[in-house]
Amino acid sequence: MSGVKERVIEIIAEQAVLEPSDVSLEQSLEDLGVDSMGLVEAIFSIEESFDIQVPFNANEPEKSDLDISSVATVVATVERLVAEQAG
Amino acid sequence: MRRVVITGSGTINPLGHSVPETYEAMREGRCGIGELDIRDVERLSIRIGGQVRGYNPDHRFNRQQQALYDRFTQFTLIAAEEAIAQSGLEFSGHVAAESGVVLGTSGGGLNTQDENYRAVYEEGKNRVHPFIVPKLMNNSAASHVSMNYNLKGPSFTVATACASSNHAMGQAFWLIRSGAATAIVTGGSESMLCFGGVKAWEGLRVMSKDACRPFSANRNGMVQGEGAGIFVFEEFGHARARGADILAEVVGFSMTSDAADIVMPSQQGATRAISGALKDACIGAEKVGYINAHGTGTAANDKTECAAVSKVFGHHADEVMISSTKSMHGHLIGGTGAVELLACLMALNDGIVAPTIGYEEPDPECALDVVPNEAREAKVSHVLSNAFAFGGQNAVLALKSP
Repeated sequence: MSGVKERVIEIIAEQAVLEPSDVSLEQSLEDLGVDSMGLVEAIFSIEESFDIQVPFNANEPEKSDLDISSVATVVATVERLVAEQAG
Repeated sequence: MRRVVITGSGTINPLGHSVPETYEAMREGRCGIGELDIRDVERLSIRIGGQVRGYNPDHRFNRQQQALYDRFTQFTLIAAEEAIAQSGLEFSGHVAAESGVVLGTSGGGLNTQDENYRAVYEEGKNRVHPFIVPKLMNNSAASHVSMNYNLKGPSFTVATACASSNHAMGQAFWLIRSGAATAIVTGGSESMLCFGGVKAWEGLRVMSKDACRPFSANRNGMVQGEGAGIFVFEEFGHARARGADILAEVVGFSMTSDAADIVMPSQQGATRAISGALKDACIGAEKVGYINAHGTGTAANDKTECAAVSKVFGHHADEVMISSTKSMHGHLIGGTGAVELLACLMALNDGIVAPTIGYEEPDPECALDVVPNEAREAKVSHVLSNAFAFGGQNAVLALKSP
């Protein structure tokens, strides 16, 4: 799925106030300094960029569809949601 | 310093169209939250709320009035009618000149904005009704109460998001205590349950899709409600001289600011507000039998609030009852503190403490007596009502039985 990874990294980098090249897939959003408001804004950008719905409740992040444990898991979740919600 | 008492109460909210109906629902632990019945609900991901049911504005207001009264103003006027009737006050002569209206709201005429933005943006209309501005303005409810009851003293509206009503009632208390007013009609109103109002909250990702379960380990967010709570605050000597029934005495008030984060609550700000209200009332924490919690049902608020109460109350934290009636009526945002003050009056006057319903699993971070699921009989002489707003603006009131 071309482009998803790059765009997700761009979005996370923007929230972390970093260059995309400084964001690595193993890092967690917390490591990158993305707080709860940054996370909610990043999800909004992801939804707008890919025209998808990302189920996420800030009160119970562990129960949400989005795995935020690392940049790689966010990318994987978005790729899955894009595939599921295509068309 | 002059003393301030409450001589009238009125409401319309998801639990009832009057104070007696609301008390009955609170006693029974009834839930007023249900499926939202609003335009375009199918485009929302949050589809529940505490709506005022069985309400038809045509039965209360004529066409000319409806052209000027947004839903939040209608709720205000209905609640004010009940409160002022109960107080028995008539505003004429110097009493009218020394009496005013101080109300809280966050969204004001949000339904009016929503409807008219639709008209010009979605439907492409180039004309709106001539009274949109006086209908949507945040002070319109306070103005119409002042006009309808001849209140000619200080009248204004306070907007501090979820703490608006408590801030408003605190101002009313101060105006009377300081000698600047004899009586103030106070409280708050909110009507944000329209497509735009719910959509904006949805974006924050803090709303529950199924229920408001304050203090419960499985809580998953807040649920919005709508309605109004209105009270008559009056100088004690004035109320006594005319033989008025006194529902409670307002004995303390405190406001603090977190000066920290625009949405995350702060324990220090809440702690200072709670201890400030006790200090203003000149009472120790051990006097307080009940606290009406802010208790929004979000992960962050409830644990922060419990930590703040534990900090101020020390050992007595295990004895005080603390409940969140938002579990029943939802979060009325700018009107919430006013409707919740009714739970305080019910505790003081009827000896019944309203429950926190929907309570399913204990949370070690909220290990207080949250009066789970069933109302409780208890003799209570002093109560607190907490409100902690987005923006870090906190307001806590202290009341005493008459």
